Amino acid sequence: MNSKTKHKPKIGVFKFASCDGCQLSLLDAEDELLEIVSALDIAYFPEATRTMLKGPYDIGFVEGSVTTHQDAQRIQEVRRQCKTLITIGACATAGGIQALRNWKDVDEFVRVVYATPQFISTLKLSTPIAEHVPVDFELRGCPISKHHLIELISATLAGRKPNIPTYSVCIECKRKANVCISVARGIPCLGPVTQAGCGALCPSYDRGCYGCYGPMESSNTASLTKQFRILGQADDQMVRAFRGFNAWSWQFRKASEDCEHK
Amino acid sequence: MTGRGAKTIRVDTLARVEGEGSLYIKLVGDRVADVKLKIYEPPRMFEAFLRGRHFSEAPDITARICGICPVAYQMSAVHAIERALGVRIDPAIRLLRRLFYCGEWIESHTLHVYMLHAPDFLGYPDAIAMAADHRAVVERALRLKKIGNRIVQLLGGREIHPISATVGGFYRTPTKQQLSELVSDLEWALEASIETVRWTASLEFPNFEQDYEFVALRHPDEYPLNEGRLVSNRGLDIDAAEYEDHFVELHVKHSNALHSVVRGRSSYLVGPLARFNLNFEKLPEVAHTVALEVGLRPPVKNLFRSIVVRAVELVFACAEALRIIHEYAPPAEPRAEAPHRTGVGQAITEAPRGILYHRYALDEKGLIVTAKIVPPTSQNLKQIEEDLREYAARLVAWPTEEATWKCEQAVRSYDPCISCATHSLKVVVER
Repeated sequence: MNSKTKHKPKIGVFKFASCDGCQLSLLDAEDELLEIVSALDIAYFPEATRTMLKGPYDIGFVEGSVTTHQDAQRIQEVRRQCKTLITIGACATAGGIQALRNWKDVDEFVRVVYATPQFISTLKLSTPIAEHVPVDFELRGCPISKHHLIELISATLAGRKPNIPTYSVCIECKRKANVCISVARGIPCLGPVTQAGCGALCPSYDRGCYGCYGPMESSNTASLTKQFRILGQADDQMVRAFRGFNAWSWQFRKASEDCEHK
Repeated sequence: MTGRGAKTIRVDTLARVEGEGSLYIKLVGDRVADVKLKIYEPPRMFEAFLRGRHFSEAPDITARICGICPVAYQMSAVHAIERALGVRIDPAIRLLRRLFYCGEWIESHTLHVYMLHAPDFLGYPDAIAMAADHRAVVERALRLKKIGNRIVQLLGGREIHPISATVGGFYRTPTKQQLSELVSDLEWALEASIETVRWTASLEFPNFEQDYEFVALRHPDEYPLNEGRLVSNRGLDIDAAEYEDHFVELHVKHSNALHSVVRGRSSYLVGPLARFNLNFEKLPEVAHTVALEVGLRPPVKNLFRSIVVRAVELVFACAEALRIIHEYAPPAEPRAEAPHRTGVGQAITEAPRGILYHRYALDEKGLIVTAKIVPPTSQNLKQIEEDLREYAARLVAWPTEEATWKCEQAVRSYDPCISCATHSLKVVVER
């Protein structure tokens, strides 16, 4: 995918503990893919190409969380090689679903899953990239929105700030003229504390938001917890609601621990 | 290369596979001394943290094992849990689930055929480089892939980690009108898939046939997706509930991973070749016809030809999607009620890469007590290594660089999904 043209930014895509879905979002941009890659020099993207060029890279996209000693070292090297470092998805920005180990005895987890636990080398915590190295931009979502990704790439190429919302899913419901499922039907919904980006997908499909895009800025989880209680949610249900794909984000972490230690 | 010295084929980062693995083959003289498909992708331990979660969360959580085949995880999860709880689903839901799966097959198979596998046959590092010389082919691929994604998006809300599938059915089901809007795209996709069969059949294939035990679902009336008995060409014929009696995972000395084997026998093959060989007569006529036209009939024993078989399955998925849309009448309710009670349920469905097994034990509050998940790639792993052992022996006289690329191509024939495999493929990381 590399091109000899000098001015094209050199791109690397790096995977840590993840499902591959966020990097797949780029290949899922079927209408824009050929145009996007013609503007970039894809130097390292193993999921898509055999060509693997050494750094430094102008932009590095990092998917996944850090869960092993080797990866804790590798992210340092990736940071050194990338002028701009962008994390894509909930694993890279909040530790992902695998961060559920962070509240448990990881050795016991290993014994449950693996026949020869003594050979498994894993860290006690699954942590976001920003806990290890400075990150220039964090793109939220489990998975990310391909439209956000395209906007982010375009903005980075143009040297401008990406236009990506930081308000809550509630705003998206209002825009779509959805009747509030929580108010009208008593369905618990994380929409009021979750960052927009999905287009209020779950409420549009008659279910409560489960927080794929993580906490919005200044999310009032304490107030939402009160509302959940009114809707008849027990503490253990609320703990599970906050402990999803962005469980280790500090806002959701605190909210779940408050419910647990009430 | 005289065949006397030692030579190593080594690929530190396998490209165009989902997830992270490396390949190591040691040749001494004209003998293959060692083959290791190493998986260094970090384990994520889904089975451990699923414990204590509510059954309704299982389809959402297990989808996150794999961004390429989340529908497969959702389908195996809902079927296994419905079995544990004794939930019966509406026939219209059954149809919609098949359609949902067709969407994922179209998206995933197109990705693999054109973007991950075909570049090997034509000598390109990737589909983008291939597009420079074969623009129309890559554009066809992107349009086809998008149509698969559109089906998943309509039924599931989005392509990756869909949100609508749940135990008992869907949170919201589509109207007849919404499905009908897919018809013209799917009619184009059916033609494009037939072209894909002809195009892939025109590629050159290494002459490499092996005697496999093929394992796939078989259903009395249809090409398998969501249900059927698990059968093989060596006499296996079991229900999903018996899976763990017949398959075991062994720690093999030369490997860093546990290998799944048929109890009392050995390695086996799951995925398109297995499905095709065991269900050829269940393919719709249009898929049948084009398969025969290009000379493809069971048993196909050359794994490199799996690219053509995937293309035939694309034809099936498009034809089946059209049939379902034609037949569909919305269910009375989007989903059946699921009671809270103790129970154990197992299910196997056909992920694009082969059979995907889930088992859940639930308590009286609906919480998961234990979970077990066996994805297709961990079942193919032993067979991949065995094939490489055979195949590399034929490449001893080749220059290392070409032999390496050929071995990579062989691995990619399986469409391995290492992200899937490592969640539970008992990865052993050497300290």
